[in-house]
Amino acid sequence: MIWGVVTFPGSNCDRDCVHVLRDVLAQDVREVWHEHRSLAGLDAVVLPGGFSYGDYLRAGAIAATAPVMVGVREAAHRGAVILGICNGFQILTEAGLLPGTLLPNRHFRFICRDVWVRVETTRTPFTRGLRVGDLLRMPIAHAEGRYMVPAEVRAQLEHQAQVVFRYVDARGRAVPSANPNGAVRAIAGVCNAQGNVVGLMPHPERCAESLMGSTDGRRLFESVAASVLTAMAGV
Amino acid sequence: MATVKVLITLKPGVLDAPGQAIRQGLRALGYEVEEVRVGKYLEIVVPERAAGEAVANAASAEADEMCARFLANPLIETWQIAALPGGVGSEPPA
Repeated sequence: MIWGVVTFPGSNCDRDCVHVLRDVLAQDVREVWHEHRSLAGLDAVVLPGGFSYGDYLRAGAIAATAPVMVGVREAAHRGAVILGICNGFQILTEAGLLPGTLLPNRHFRFICRDVWVRVETTRTPFTRGLRVGDLLRMPIAHAEGRYMVPAEVRAQLEHQAQVVFRYVDARGRAVPSANPNGAVRAIAGVCNAQGNVVGLMPHPERCAESLMGSTDGRRLFESVAASVLTAMAGV
Repeated sequence: MATVKVLITLKPGVLDAPGQAIRQGLRALGYEVEEVRVGKYLEIVVPERAAGEAVANAASAEADEMCARFLANPLIETWQIAALPGGVGSEPPA
């Protein structure tokens, strides 16, 4: 399978994603500039973290209009796997590929620390190789990560198992003190109705090697590699 | 109380990087746009210290000082002020 990692002006986690996929997981990775319109041939696309276009207007709003988003949209529709990490998540919500939006953190501070998240569904390629209830320790680094969605859409998300990750404490309980930014229902990551487009605020690429203190993030990428290869084999 | 509406914009000729990025986004969506200038809009509710028209005048004068001292950077920004009696919008503030 072939991965693509998109670079927007202001992306700053693109090289980290390429490194983890290429050097740690031995995947075939293409680096994609934001002016490319076509992502034909790619099986999985990562929109990395950063501050695309300086977060002007709203985080992710201008990147959502970039030429590469034509390709991302087309790839999402044909069933390719799409992952938005942090700013990439913000871009996917601004582009309408994921429901909801990300507001400034409850305490208006930039937060950079490790959090625990609980896997809520295994219907996405990123969690297919995990189990519901698995706990992952991953770092967050954001000022606008408070997930918000209208009440009626939120009910639909819960009903259709589109909540992928929730902030929890080390014992897996979704207590208020474990919610770093005030996200509604402690939501840390969601997917689209089909399950092939996923966005999350934590950074799996920053915890994919033991040197980094945790290898939990690596399990998301490994899960995709396994599920795409299974699909290719027609199993 | 009185509500003061303050609109702060960059002076002509000052480079507006967010405005340029937004113009690029609008063009990408197919809109013909010559220029975008980004500004800030504030609604400030102040207590009533005078009666009738004098309220608005006093609030305006104070808001002008707020802009000059704090809200705006007089080197690069200009501001417009409109003062109205009452709270923000139609709802009195809690």
